[in-house]
This record gives sequence, C-alpha cells and structure tokens, in this order.
Amino acid sequence: MLTILGAYSWINIRFLLEGAWVTILVSVLSIILSYIFGLILGVIRYVQIKYVSAIVGFLIDIIRNLPLILIIFFTYFGLPNIGFKPDPIWASVIAMAVFESAMVAEIVRAGINSIPVGQMEGARSTGMSYWQALRYIILPQAVKNMIPAIVSQFISLVKDTSLATIIVLPDLMNHAQIIYGQNTNYTIPMFLALAVMYFIVCYSLSLLSQYLEHRIGSSKKGADEAEIVAQEAQR
Amino acid sequence: MISIFQNYGGALLYGLGQTLLCSIIALVFALIIGSGFAILEVVPNKFFRVIAKIYIEVFRNIPLLVITMFFYVVIPMYIVEISGFVSGTIGLILYSSAFIAETVRSGIQSVDPGQMEGARSTGLSFWQSMRYIVLPQAFRYVIPPLGNQFINLVKNSSVLAFVAGFDLMYQGNVIASDSLQSMSTYLCVGVLYLILTLPLSYYMRYLEKKLA
Repeated sequence: MLTILGAYSWINIRFLLEGAWVTILVSVLSIILSYIFGLILGVIRYVQIKYVSAIVGFLIDIIRNLPLILIIFFTYFGLPNIGFKPDPIWASVIAMAVFESAMVAEIVRAGINSIPVGQMEGARSTGMSYWQALRYIILPQAVKNMIPAIVSQFISLVKDTSLATIIVLPDLMNHAQIIYGQNTNYTIPMFLALAVMYFIVCYSLSLLSQYLEHRIGSSKKGADEAEIVAQEAQR
Repeated sequence: MISIFQNYGGALLYGLGQTLLCSIIALVFALIIGSGFAILEVVPNKFFRVIAKIYIEVFRNIPLLVITMFFYVVIPMYIVEISGFVSGTIGLILYSSAFIAETVRSGIQSVDPGQMEGARSTGLSFWQSMRYIVLPQAFRYVIPPLGNQFINLVKNSSVLAFVAGFDLMYQGNVIASDSLQSMSTYLCVGVLYLILTLPLSYYMRYLEKKLA
C-alpha cells in the first residue's frame, strides 16, 4: 500500500504537472491557430470563389478523413525528408493545427449555412457590400451558433494531444509513462492520475460548452440551431 | 510512392485488413453497448440514468490512448495476457460506445414524445414501445451520424500502432524505418486510409441529404 502511495510523492506530482503544462501549451497554441485558420478556410469554402473553394473543400475533406496520428508522424518523420525538421512541440502544434483547422472549417461552414438567406439579402439591400454583410451581419450570428460545436471540438483536441507522445512530446501522457516505466508498482496510480487529470480538463470544458449552449438557447430556436450546426459539421 | 507499394504491398494490405477487422469488431460491440447505455439514459428509473450518464461522461472525457494503454499495460500485468490487437480493440470499443450512446440518445429524443405516449396508451409496456415504436424510428435518424462515428472509429483504430496491433499505421511505421522513405510511406498509408474513409464520408453526406 505504501509503495502505491509513493507514486504520488511531490517529485512525481511535479513531474506530472510539468507534463500537464506542455499538454496545455500545445493545446492552447493549436486551439488559437486552428480557430484562425478554420475561420478563414470555412469562409473560403462558403463564399464559392471559383476553383479555390472547390480545392480548399477537397483538401479539408482529405484531412478530416485521415487519422491524426498519421498527420503527426508525417509532420515529424516525413517532413525532414524535404528538409524541414520541427522539434516535437512544434511538430505536434503544426499537426494538430492542420487537422483541427479542417474540423473547425467544417463547423464554420455549417454555422454560416444555418443563417437564413434573408439575412444576407436584407443586408445587401441596405447597401452593404457582400463582404461587409458577411463580416457584420452573417458571421456574428454564425459564430454564436457555432460555439458549442467548436468547444466540443477543442475537447477532443485536448484529448488528442496525448497521441503526440509517440514523437516523444514531453506531455502528461509521456511523463506518466516515464514514471511507471521506472517503477511498475506505480502503473495503476499513474493511470488513475492520468484519467483524473484529463477528465477534469475535458469535463470542465464540456460543462462550459453546455453552459454556453444554455445561454445561447435561452430561446429554444437558438439551441436548435446550435444543435443542427453541430450535427451538420460532422458530415 | 509506387516503389513502396511494389516492395511492401503485402505488409500494407495486411495492415489494411487488420485495421478493417478491428474497426468492424469495435463497431459491432460499440453499437450494442452504446445503444444499451443510450436506452438506459432515457428510462424512467433515475438510478439507471445516473449510471449511464457516468459511463458516458467518463469514457468521453478520457483520451482513447489512456484507455488503450491501460488495457495494454495494466491488464496483462495483473490479470490476463492479452495481445496488442485485443487491448486496442477493447479500448476502441469502450471509447466509441460512449460517443455512439450520445448519438443514439439524441436519435431517441428526436422521436416525438407523443409516439411513446401513444404506444403506452395502446397498452404496450415501456420496453415494448421502445422496441417496436421508438427505436425503429430513432435508428432512421441516427444512420448518418452513426456512419460518421464509424469513420471516426476507422481513424481512431490507428491507436493500435501504439500497442503493436499490426494495423495499417503500425505497418506504416515499420516500413518507414525499413525503407528510410518516411514521406512517401506515410503518403501511401494516407491513401489507404482515404480509400476506407472518404467514400463512406461522401456516402453519408448523400444519405443525409436524401433523408432530410
């Protein structure tokens, strides 16, 4: 029993927290990047620029249908073949950002599609240009509908950072593996700690998403629209 | 890329088969377990609802890799020797069943409550009305989202690469270090994954348009 409690010594906890810090760092960087690029790509896919939108749409479909692990491997082991060698942290940030932007782009497209055509027509008829209408009328409403879907996408992003241990990203998962690798008695306590730590982060994010959904859905219509966006984005 | 297919075609195809096998086994079991918990989430009994809720939230909020590694590392250490393929598939089943449960639950709840009330008032029991009235209608709604869950499952099955499950991703790594052509190997692996997922994804989109 004492040996098992030893798993939670201060040194081990600090080591785990260092890993958690890397997990959070990588998650936050990828969230910011994928939100920016996802928004841009989603709008490009929506506005139907000749050829460009079709190509972007096809690329998004391809990336969405590949396993994230493959993209991580490709970034870390594949790209050095053409002379670009990122360190593990940047490799995982790049891989996650590429994958998640494709996911977010699809949510953005669904979100814009959920806004009735009349909004655009109305905005145009007041004299706004197409881009002004998109920027000031359509996107603010669309983003409101997208929020719950985007938050749940970010939950899976946080969970997926654990996959980057395979390129020796010193994250939570990796540090736990190092600890139980040195002392096999610590295996179960370490898995427990992992589960609890990931659960706390992801579950509080999912409560946040429910809260936002609730706020938006103070009207039933808002909640329905957000739900439709979430479903549509999966397609 | 072509030379990779020529030299390692057999290994890649074997990996593809293992990926498909693991995904199908996981889909069948996850569908059964997931639907079970989805029904438990809507039964009148509060105790069952809480249990279902806990199961779903726990497995939805823990990374797949943690679940899989648990079965790969801890179970053989203390209980019974299982191969990487088996532990990977078990992890995949538990993880996906939570997501499938949520999908099926939203399908059940999208069926008009009047259907249940109507069925009950004709004298059917709760389980009978669930079985004959609500579930058949619910499954029509959830077929496209379930298809998307299957695509996710195929993608997530690449976690078998962590536990020596000999799936496509694992073979890809072996070939990459053997041929020293990482880039073209991973491109080949990507093409093979797309052969599995992309047609399914377009078909689901088509199906969804048709049902809507």
